[in-house]
Amino acid sequence: MGQIFKPGTKLSSTVCKTQIMVLRAPATELKVTCGGAPMQIGDPDTLGEIDSAAAGGTFVGKRYTDQDESMEFLCTRGGDGTIAVDGYTIDVKAAKKLPSSD
Amino acid sequence: MNIHLILQMAADAMGHREAFVSGSCRGTFSDLADMAKSVAGQVKDGERVGFLNENTPLMPAALFGAALAGTQFVPLNYRLAEGPLNSLLGRTAPALLLTERELGIEGIRPITMLQAGSGDISEMDAPDIDGAIAVELFTSGTTGEPKSAVLKHDNLMAYIFGTVEFMSAEEDEANLIAVPPYHIAAIAGVLSSIYAGRKMVQLPNFTADGWIKLAHAEKVTNAFVVPTMLQRIIDHAGDSLDLPFLRNIAYGGGKMPRQTIEAAMRVLPHVNFTNAYGLTETSATICMLGPDDHRAAYESDDPAIKRRLVSAGQPIPSIELEVRKEDGTVCDAEEVGLVWVRGDQVSGEYKGMGSQLDPDGWFPTKDRGFLDGGGYLFIDGRADDVIVRGGENISPGEIEDVVRAHPAVKDVAAVAVPDVEWGEAVGLAIVCTDDISDDDICALVKSELRSSRLPSLITRMDELPYNETGKLLRRVIRDRLAN
Repeated sequence: MGQIFKPGTKLSSTVCKTQIMVLRAPATELKVTCGGAPMQIGDPDTLGEIDSAAAGGTFVGKRYTDQDESMEFLCTRGGDGTIAVDGYTIDVKAAKKLPSSD
Repeated sequence: MNIHLILQMAADAMGHREAFVSGSCRGTFSDLADMAKSVAGQVKDGERVGFLNENTPLMPAALFGAALAGTQFVPLNYRLAEGPLNSLLGRTAPALLLTERELGIEGIRPITMLQAGSGDISEMDAPDIDGAIAVELFTSGTTGEPKSAVLKHDNLMAYIFGTVEFMSAEEDEANLIAVPPYHIAAIAGVLSSIYAGRKMVQLPNFTADGWIKLAHAEKVTNAFVVPTMLQRIIDHAGDSLDLPFLRNIAYGGGKMPRQTIEAAMRVLPHVNFTNAYGLTETSATICMLGPDDHRAAYESDDPAIKRRLVSAGQPIPSIELEVRKEDGTVCDAEEVGLVWVRGDQVSGEYKGMGSQLDPDGWFPTKDRGFLDGGGYLFIDGRADDVIVRGGENISPGEIEDVVRAHPAVKDVAAVAVPDVEWGEAVGLAIVCTDDISDDDICALVKSELRSSRLPSLITRMDELPYNETGKLLRRVIRDRLAN
């Protein structure tokens, strides 16, 4: 079952410590998973078992995006799982280099 | 969104790193997160968090403490006289006010820095409320009663996400913060330093000597200055400045004279300079002239490249910018008009006055300027400062640039003076290091510009009036010349 997400929504993994925040998302229903299990709003009481095929890890502060950059998530807490949307793994977006301005 | 996330992430991912140095007081990101909780725990329902003090570690703690408590951070200008200050405090009530002063104002509950930082540290969750306001910043009020610019959590987060990578600073990086807490550059400096994981080194009261000594002692790598600070640092340094650790200087908050930035690049050849152009209402930087652009302009013989040294650079990727004529149509390259911007970081809203954005989300900065063929923005000054002589718009900047090039002119300002024949005419206030006659000044202007730019009145001053954050007080000069 998918869900429409608005920017600022925080999603927690149900199998690891990962938490992500939606920065941009299309206005269509998305199924977001981490470590093979659906992510949810709010931290779970107990963690389920991670799918070993989806255990690449997430890194705090990195942005995650799909191939055509229609959506973007910020990892606000790193963990062991791999994030996927509608079954497709989404990857770390390359950092853009701007000089420090303040 | 809530800006507290920035501190939360920093404390989670690099809690052990040193976050701040202020005199003999030092602390880590974990310490700062605890101090923010201590502030938040003391806020009563409905109260804002005011801050009436120089920079101390309690400034970032109060900024994030307010966010954690779901209320607004309101830094106030501690240099204001009692009357104007009390008026702003009245507009800030009800508020918990961090201050060392004794005040008796209804709705204002003062606590000291010590009290603010030594409260209970209990876990709370920062609220996510749509459209919530994070910061209310009073504008400097150089043209009237100060306005309260409203910056939402979403605006500030958009700025940080658009310009800073999380934990991108090396562990040895330190950012010298010398602008006062009520300046947008101080707020932006706190947010981006913490998100990048860069230590904040606070200098409560700027002096050139104090800045240089602190930069040396704390092995400062980054710094933000306003143009008058940079000029004073250069004046103090003479021909050389021994700051081997310093790598990046960003500047903004006012127009940088070509002579100042050229001297700075000579004295600090190893430093990367970045011009950051922005407004309070745009959550700080919207255009940047980066280090490579500085060097290219400095070294070039091509006049079109060379003049970019005094430009504001190009819009940052997350900002759209247009220069428009009075009738709303977009100007061609080199054509002067009004600067409009659009982007998620742009608030363009004042308390009690609502949003100043047009229906498509564009904000009129009220700055005049033009873009060159390469998309570099040149700021001409505030639209309000234009001199209208017999229906002709004259930019003070073009006259100032010409006069400043005279070797005996240290500083200059062109303002409107009343004129019976033309309505307004050009008045000049100059600061000289040597005697120059009015005739010499007029001859210089005439050699470069049209005769309408000739000053009808020239006064000499020991120094021009600037406020403490480097903003030229043109109104004071206008008043002096009018009398």
